[in-house]
Amino acid sequence: MPMIGVLALQGDYEKHALMLELLGAGTLQVREPADLARVDALVIPGGESTTIGKLMAAYELLEPMRNRIAGGMPVFGTCAGLILLAAQTKENHQHRLGVLDISVQRNAYGRQVDSFEADIHIPAIGEKPFRAVFIRAPMVTEMRDSVITLAEFENKPVLMQKENILAGSFHPELTEDTRVHAYFLKMVAERGR
Amino acid sequence: MKENSWSSRQTSTWRNKVGLAEMLKGGVIMDVTNADQAKIAEDAGAAAVMALERVPADIRAQGGVARMSDPSKIIEIQKCVSIPVMAKCRIGHFVEAQILEALKVDFIDESEVLTPADDRFHVEKHGFSVPFVCGCRNLGEALRRIGEGAAMIRTKGEAGTGNIIEAVRHMRSVMDGIRRLTVLPPEELMSEAKELGAPYDLIVEIAQTGKLPVPNFSAGGVATPADAALMMQLGAESVFVGSGIFKSDNPQKRAKAIVEAVTYFKDAAKLAEISKDLGTPMTGISMEELEEKDLLATRGW
Repeated sequence: MPMIGVLALQGDYEKHALMLELLGAGTLQVREPADLARVDALVIPGGESTTIGKLMAAYELLEPMRNRIAGGMPVFGTCAGLILLAAQTKENHQHRLGVLDISVQRNAYGRQVDSFEADIHIPAIGEKPFRAVFIRAPMVTEMRDSVITLAEFENKPVLMQKENILAGSFHPELTEDTRVHAYFLKMVAERGR
Repeated sequence: MKENSWSSRQTSTWRNKVGLAEMLKGGVIMDVTNADQAKIAEDAGAAAVMALERVPADIRAQGGVARMSDPSKIIEIQKCVSIPVMAKCRIGHFVEAQILEALKVDFIDESEVLTPADDRFHVEKHGFSVPFVCGCRNLGEALRRIGEGAAMIRTKGEAGTGNIIEAVRHMRSVMDGIRRLTVLPPEELMSEAKELGAPYDLIVEIAQTGKLPVPNFSAGGVATPADAALMMQLGAESVFVGSGIFKSDNPQKRAKAIVEAVTYFKDAAKLAEISKDLGTPMTGISMEELEEKDLLATRGW
């Protein structure tokens, strides 16, 4: 059984772990490089991207994470996780991995009063609409051709994939719908083959 | 015409409100009184800031009526940071809450640190689009606030003292209350609801899940990284720090250390490293020095 790491520096990492365990995966909270060495895949949760990025830098996780991702380790980032994966953000000084060719604008959907949920269509996981929860969400403003859009909302990509990297601007971990996490576990299984 | 593959937005749902509280887990929410302090907090890795006019230690020292901040202060802070900005309204002062909502703060703290505006009733929080956090000393108080619509709970502690004892007392009381519910037979739950003064359906839910339906943070008295880690080990999911940072010798260093302590709260070797050379913490007050009338935690009903 593959071991899925959940980056546990700050944010809703427990929600991700619960969902992955519901799907039968083993999980491990990742807080330092030694933890990272023990996992087959990694989830970067929602939370505050500035907080998580600073802790990743201070505890020397940035380089090992970049190396593992370059080596093909499947990684799934939601919201703050997407920002941390992005190559470009409007605030360019922010610590992040920069491994996914997208440009992101933080909090572009507004403050908390503008946080929302909506049904979106994700063909890769089936016909049934997915209830997507957006919380002070980042907006993907540009994307290289090599990145594939798996779902969009108001003509902007909200779930995307490039090879072993999956990223979403919403929070599937805050719903009861396990299909996006199941899709990620399928990526992990295919990689292991 | 191309058919949209998405539905329209639905805002201010319960899931959105609790969702933001979920995002703040494992983080530190810092009290700040101006843009400079807010920037220091953000640079240190705060998950959010609480905008207020005076930190609790000063409210305590200066006395008088403590009210909602001047809106221009809140706007100044919102402009200078990208992390969520919270602000406090007085207990029961729903117009201060309406004003904070109009300012689009990300969370409203209906707080005992300010002078209560109503000696019987809290704000009805379900009707607001902004989520609320409220303080509690025990499980009954927590559940009354959740019943009124609070999307996050924090134990009160005794704000502005730099003394962790009340925070510990309140967290233990809430956690003991939860543990107790999980072992009671179902027929005892209604009387338990009556005794706690808490909604029956929430009591039944906790008896089954063993946890609060919203995130449970800690506040009031955190002055050191060890204090923050103590609250996390006792069951807090995040920590509010009020006077502890900007009433200390070296706010930058202390703020960063407390952020790291909340992440590595179970790792004593790292905590030892984090706790080194932080300068003098805030002086603090022992509980024996405070009279009944000086206590903030007893505000709230």
